[in-house]
Amino acid sequence: MKLDAKIPAGPIEQKWTNFKNTAKLINPANKRKFKIIVVGSGLAGSSAAATLAELGYQVDCFCFQDSARRAHSIAAQGGINAAKNYQNDGDSVWRLFYDTIKGGDFRAREANVYRLAEVSRNIIDECVSQGVPFAREYGGELANRSFGGAQVSRTFYARGQTGQQLLLGAYSALSNQIGLGRVTMHEHTEMLDLVLVNGHAKGIVTRNLISGEIQSHAADTVLLCTGGYGNVFYLSTNARGCNVTATWRAYKRGALFANPCYTQIHPTCIPVAGDYQSKLTLMSESLRNDGRVWVPKKKGDNREPQDIPEEDRDYYLERKYPSYGNLAPRDISSRSAKEACDDGRGVGPGGLGVYLDFSDAIKRLGAKTIEERYGNLFEMYENITGESAYERPMRIYPAIHYTMGGLWVDYNLMSNIPGLHVLGEANFSDHGANRLGASALMQGLADGYFVIPYTLGEYLSSQFGGPKITTDLPEFKKTEQEVRERVNRLLSVKGNVPVDEFHRELGLILWNKCGMARSEEGLKQAIVEIKALRERFWKEVSVPGKGADLNQSLERAGRVADFLEFGELLCLDALTREESCGGHFRVEHQTPDGEALRHDDTFASVFAWMFQGEGGAPELVKEPLEYEAVHLATRSYK
Amino acid sequence: MNFHLRLWRQESGSNSGKFENIEAGNIPAECSFLEMLDIVNNRLVASGKEPVAFESDCREGICGTCSLVINGVPQGPGRGAACQVYMRKFKDGDTITVEPFRAGAFPILKDLVVNRSAYERIMRAGGFITEHTGGAPDASAILIPKAVADKAMDAAACIGCGACAAACPNSSAMLFVGAKVTHLNLLPQGKPEAKKRARAMVRAMDDEGFGNCSNYYACEAVCPAGVNASVIARLNRDYILGEISEAVGAID
Repeated sequence: MKLDAKIPAGPIEQKWTNFKNTAKLINPANKRKFKIIVVGSGLAGSSAAATLAELGYQVDCFCFQDSARRAHSIAAQGGINAAKNYQNDGDSVWRLFYDTIKGGDFRAREANVYRLAEVSRNIIDECVSQGVPFAREYGGELANRSFGGAQVSRTFYARGQTGQQLLLGAYSALSNQIGLGRVTMHEHTEMLDLVLVNGHAKGIVTRNLISGEIQSHAADTVLLCTGGYGNVFYLSTNARGCNVTATWRAYKRGALFANPCYTQIHPTCIPVAGDYQSKLTLMSESLRNDGRVWVPKKKGDNREPQDIPEEDRDYYLERKYPSYGNLAPRDISSRSAKEACDDGRGVGPGGLGVYLDFSDAIKRLGAKTIEERYGNLFEMYENITGESAYERPMRIYPAIHYTMGGLWVDYNLMSNIPGLHVLGEANFSDHGANRLGASALMQGLADGYFVIPYTLGEYLSSQFGGPKITTDLPEFKKTEQEVRERVNRLLSVKGNVPVDEFHRELGLILWNKCGMARSEEGLKQAIVEIKALRERFWKEVSVPGKGADLNQSLERAGRVADFLEFGELLCLDALTREESCGGHFRVEHQTPDGEALRHDDTFASVFAWMFQGEGGAPELVKEPLEYEAVHLATRSYK
Repeated sequence: MNFHLRLWRQESGSNSGKFENIEAGNIPAECSFLEMLDIVNNRLVASGKEPVAFESDCREGICGTCSLVINGVPQGPGRGAACQVYMRKFKDGDTITVEPFRAGAFPILKDLVVNRSAYERIMRAGGFITEHTGGAPDASAILIPKAVADKAMDAAACIGCGACAAACPNSSAMLFVGAKVTHLNLLPQGKPEAKKRARAMVRAMDDEGFGNCSNYYACEAVCPAGVNASVIARLNRDYILGEISEAVGAID
């Protein structure tokens, strides 16, 4: 199979313009005839559903939450990048493009990233016009701040709640369209399968999470905006409900899953405190400006931190990276923390934590200054851990935060299945092997507001005059039947082990063997362990209650069953990519001083995996990444 | 730690419910309230019993999915949503009562899960600025004084959880509606539709069966996002302007 990314001709600055000038349009009378299914209501889903409805298409939007406003985009804190250059500090579309390509360790598709940087400017205009209350200067101008991986201030923000405000903006536009009758909203409704008719994506099968009803929905095209798969690790900064089911079901219907091993681990989260824990909470990276990271020099040193004298402490970031010190990049900081803990020198429950110590800063600046800078974070930390970071060092540990991999899409955001489009975190396209801060919100909204409304016509214009698609077609009945069987299979295991236990165990396997550092041996073991865990799941899982009811055990069981399959593909991808790049660090491939070592001659390509039936080995399809505008270079951390 | 839980159990909206006593023994003090419920539920599941249904998602206080009343307080003690409550705040041996939000417009679906679609319908009636994607002027063309932007943000921080209506003796949703009206009506972009918006959202709120504000301020006391009850004053003002404008034919 050969993948065609459908990248428009011309120099990189002209590709999107050329595309728009020649894109296939659908006239307003015909737009009304096309029905579009949008799965997911986060930034990508809400913005796409609202914008396509405004254009005149009939839209059906689905979310598993009780309201579109609760999708996990709501939790994003920091901000959204845009190449506005309001600060007159030298920003440009080219710089945002280059920073994003470089931040992704040269593993993203050039043309997509350039387009992202180009439309970033329109997003801010759009959001302001919706009433998003971005931070302002006293004179009324928009405020900006700087973020990692950039030398300019291009990040727009709304306090620490930028994701919330951007999502509420898209949600308000969506609410308007629902009120006008142009979007039919299906809350509490989870997609459980994709329906193909003659090889084209023409509908989905869903389960109503309140009544348990399993139902088919037909359309002319399907848009998956279902987010990332970080919860495969069980503990992550994702919401409890985030899952891989929609994209995994599409994969099993033939969509290619690209670069699943590209996962982002955020270095500063509140560590795991015990087995009961259900999620991890992010602590802003800005804390590392004044905090010093250390662990005891001796293994198993369980003295209180204040009783450990200076000479028994290892300020490992300052020691290993003297020029960057505590502000070493995310991936290095995360990996170093793991190494210290693997070495038996971690602190706190389970030895999975490192200290972030503010005592020097408090001595230097006074507690009041520290409170002014970080008071809200210290309060949040104390609420969760019961410890005051003014009195003793904070304990932090890295956690899974975002996933760059996802379903393969071409320049039009269409997967290899005709009619199946994938937007936002659910696709693989724009961040390469590592995402820069404040770029996730940018990509979700770019895809929904400014890309898909233009690219959708390429597919829909080929669909005139086809037979009417209805849920009476045998393809729908067959898929619905398969969904029912899968639900019944989960209910009929009747074991005595709660779903959460399998999920937690899967998370531990992946975290230990496919987390911050990965090795051939570990990944091979992980695959064996995941297979065994999956077998146990289908013999021992307990799913009480009925299918035709609100049954949260059943919802989770379905999602974890899919994670148990997906986890294996994640490890296989990590095993096959025999290089280190961005968030993917293979211990066999590092420079003498422990930096990531890419192998551009063999691995400058997208790895996309094709399902080959239950038990069959997935087939690897490669899309070579051709860099015309930028030169491949080694990222320097020093 | 050990707790005696009085949990509301109700099979569905058409059944009547009752409190069930469940012992929650051997609970780590570090865990959150929802993690304590997870532990209780996993013990029920391991013995083949149906767990207590409750909703949560982000578990960091921003998504607004939580809908618990803990010891009579919607979203529980302290600031933030129910997911931000930690067990160390309770005493060993405490009896803790857990109920769903109680408001006529939020019917119970099962156990602690309620239907809050009434809020969705209010939003659809006017909780937006009418504009279309791609038609926006440059973002820097509209200057908004910092004080105005900050006030709008204070109101926009509402997480839409419904605790305000659940706490109100009148089951009034006016803190929720007032927060949205204040956020949008304060901003220059929201001015053209300000009166229509207030009128449409109040009417939708009335249609859903929510009551009116009679200044108890219970809403403000429980609001996990810290929305100030002064948003209700602005709502009343803009609503009256909307009604008068309609009466004299100034708006349709």
